[in-house]
Amino acid sequence: MIKTRYVLTAACIAWAGLANGEAGGDPERGAQLYRQCVGCHQVGEGAVDRVGPHLNGIFDRAAGQSEGYRYSDGMQRAAAGGLVWTYESLDAFITDPRSLVSRTRMSFRGFDDQQDRDDLLAYLRTFSADPQNIPESAPTAVAVDHSVAPEILAIVGDPAYGEYLSGECTACHQASGAANGIPSITNWPTEDFVIAMHAYKDGVREHPVMQMMAGRLSNEEIAALAAYFEGLE
Amino acid sequence: MKFNRRAFIGTATATAATLSAPMFVRADGHSKPRVVVVGGGAGGATAARYIAKDSAGAIDVTLIEPTRAYYTCFFSNLYIGGFREMNSLGHSYGTLAAEYGINVVHDWATGVDRDAKTVTTAGGYTIPYDRLILSPGIDFVDGAVPGWDVSASNAMPHAYKAGSQTELLRAQIDAMPQGGTYAMVAPPNPYRCPPGPYERVSMVAHRLSEVNPTAKILIADPKEKFSKQALFEEGWNNHYSGMIERIGPDFGGENVEVDPAAMTLSIDGEVTNVDVCNVIPAMKAGRIADIAGITEGNWAPVNAADLSSKMDENIHVLGDACAQGDMPKSGFSANSQAKVCANAVRGALTGSSVFPARFSNTCWSLIDTNDGIKVGATYEATEEKIAKVDGFVSQTGEDAAVRQATYEESIGWYDGITADMFG
Ligand SMILES: Cc1cc2nc3c(=O)[nH]c(=O)nc-3n(C[C@H](O)[C@H](O)[C@H](O)COP(=O)(O)OP(=O)(O)OC[C@H]3O[C@@H](n4cnc5c(N)ncnc54)[C@H](O)[C@@H]3O)c2cc1C
Repeated sequence: MIKTRYVLTAACIAWAGLANGEAGGDPERGAQLYRQCVGCHQVGEGAVDRVGPHLNGIFDRAAGQSEGYRYSDGMQRAAAGGLVWTYESLDAFITDPRSLVSRTRMSFRGFDDQQDRDDLLAYLRTFSADPQNIPESAPTAVAVDHSVAPEILAIVGDPAYGEYLSGECTACHQASGAANGIPSITNWPTEDFVIAMHAYKDGVREHPVMQMMAGRLSNEEIAALAAYFEGLE
Repeated sequence: MKFNRRAFIGTATATAATLSAPMFVRADGHSKPRVVVVGGGAGGATAARYIAKDSAGAIDVTLIEPTRAYYTCFFSNLYIGGFREMNSLGHSYGTLAAEYGINVVHDWATGVDRDAKTVTTAGGYTIPYDRLILSPGIDFVDGAVPGWDVSASNAMPHAYKAGSQTELLRAQIDAMPQGGTYAMVAPPNPYRCPPGPYERVSMVAHRLSEVNPTAKILIADPKEKFSKQALFEEGWNNHYSGMIERIGPDFGGENVEVDPAAMTLSIDGEVTNVDVCNVIPAMKAGRIADIAGITEGNWAPVNAADLSSKMDENIHVLGDACAQGDMPKSGFSANSQAKVCANAVRGALTGSSVFPARFSNTCWSLIDTNDGIKVGATYEATEEKIAKVDGFVSQTGEDAAVRQATYEESIGWYDGITADMFG
């Protein structure tokens, strides 16, 4: 069933490619839009895999290839089916991630607007060796959306306590890592988990449920949850 | 899954053998503590799963539930609106049995002997427990709506236990004559799912505006105010202007009588002919709580820290059936209470760590296509009750993108909570 779906999607991509071509997006505007992605993805010098894989050299790379990153089963299947990240497939993916790769852990609703996608891809493309357009000095895109005191980041969480606390999370977030309207929170690097939770707790990230849930978690409890979800198989 | 599947297949076989005997014999010094859970819904399925999962075989868990497939009340209104298929709301107990080693017994619990610590079932079994967890949901209060009793639930469905009732109600709505009237008799507090009747009205209005745009909706309501009222009323104005009329207690909305044979609804003495009459009577704890002798009035009072009955420390009551304090009677609440209870029961029976109770709830409702709203709160255990700590509610006048994101989130929540209940 999945195979069929993938074949169908491939046909759509070919069509989309014809329709949109690779007409120029605006990388500067793309850099602004990319702020929506930095919670999970790094790109630029020194970028490494975090919640999501790094995006250096993404163009023309086969899907699911960032070494050491734990891809979802869905992405592994798509990769085995031969998915390659071209302008067209990336365009389809960021339009609606789950319709291209069912069961991907990427919990992003997608960009509806073609101009937004063109601009974002124009920006990302500057981090791929080929084709051209490599900016003169690579921006350091190793960004996070909130800063947390080093002593808080240094707390080593107790996964057993995290397991108990996780009951509050799994009423919505699936322990299997599946995501559908509610993001996956499994296998995140603990630091990203801690930063995200403090961003809600401090009211920097907007979401009433998450602000409420994070709001009453202590620093130790956040660390415990991070430790538990990081190790969840 | 951490534990060995094969080990459980072994257990299941052993259990099947025990089951064919007329009675569960409890050998003296039975090596493992036993937990019996009555009711495989939001509270019971979650509790059974967490105890089995976290004790990794150290506790024998039996789940007694009469139905083979549980149809969630949550999202059943969306079925009425045409946003969900009925089969997408059904869940079987197969994974709980096969992967978690839970002994699933499809039967009704009909008696509880609190001295002998046994549960008896309609099928004639006697099942011993060390701890008993009751999560039987609700039953209706006899005589709550004059003229209505369960024998009228075909002519005038409640659709407040999901499944065939929900399908019946939708079929009746679809069969209404053009310009006909759908009436709802709304329940008094407290009842399961405070926004439920009003989400129902929204979904009925959505359906009618597609197939029967001149139809009317009439609500007789005994309550002055209701959950998310400003949000619902704003939505009804925006989407279904002129279709919905609500008669509150100031105009006699609490003084109703129905005649299922004549299909009439009388509100404060004024009789109206209706085409569909959705009667949602006053509620009480599922009957087994009463039979166990642990209710006070309509509900079973519990201690906040571990959901243990105030009348029997070996019985815990979860979800709609318990009187616990500030939490609304919702699937989310039942699931949240179940996890606190599971942790406490496991601690009491095996000495595992017991962490402080913490509870939360969020209820999403759909008003129209992509127009979702939500309300939620966190809670803690005090000596006296489960007490509210903090909360939020969607705002009136929110933009369409926020509402759409809220709806999409509710779909994710549905998948999340059902995975948390059934594995
Ligand atoms: C229309 C509607 C919409 C709703 N929407 C939402 C929503 O969006 N979000 C939300 O959180 N909640 C919602 N709810 C509320 C939610 O369904 C209930 O609060 C929740 O199911 C309560 O869980 P429970 O475990 O107490 O009972 P239930 O889930 O009802 O489970 C009780 C189980 O016990 C079994 N049982 C009863 N008696 C016995 C016995 N004697 N022996 C053995 N088994 C027995 C029953 O068969 C049943 O399966 C909604 C409810 C309705 C009616």
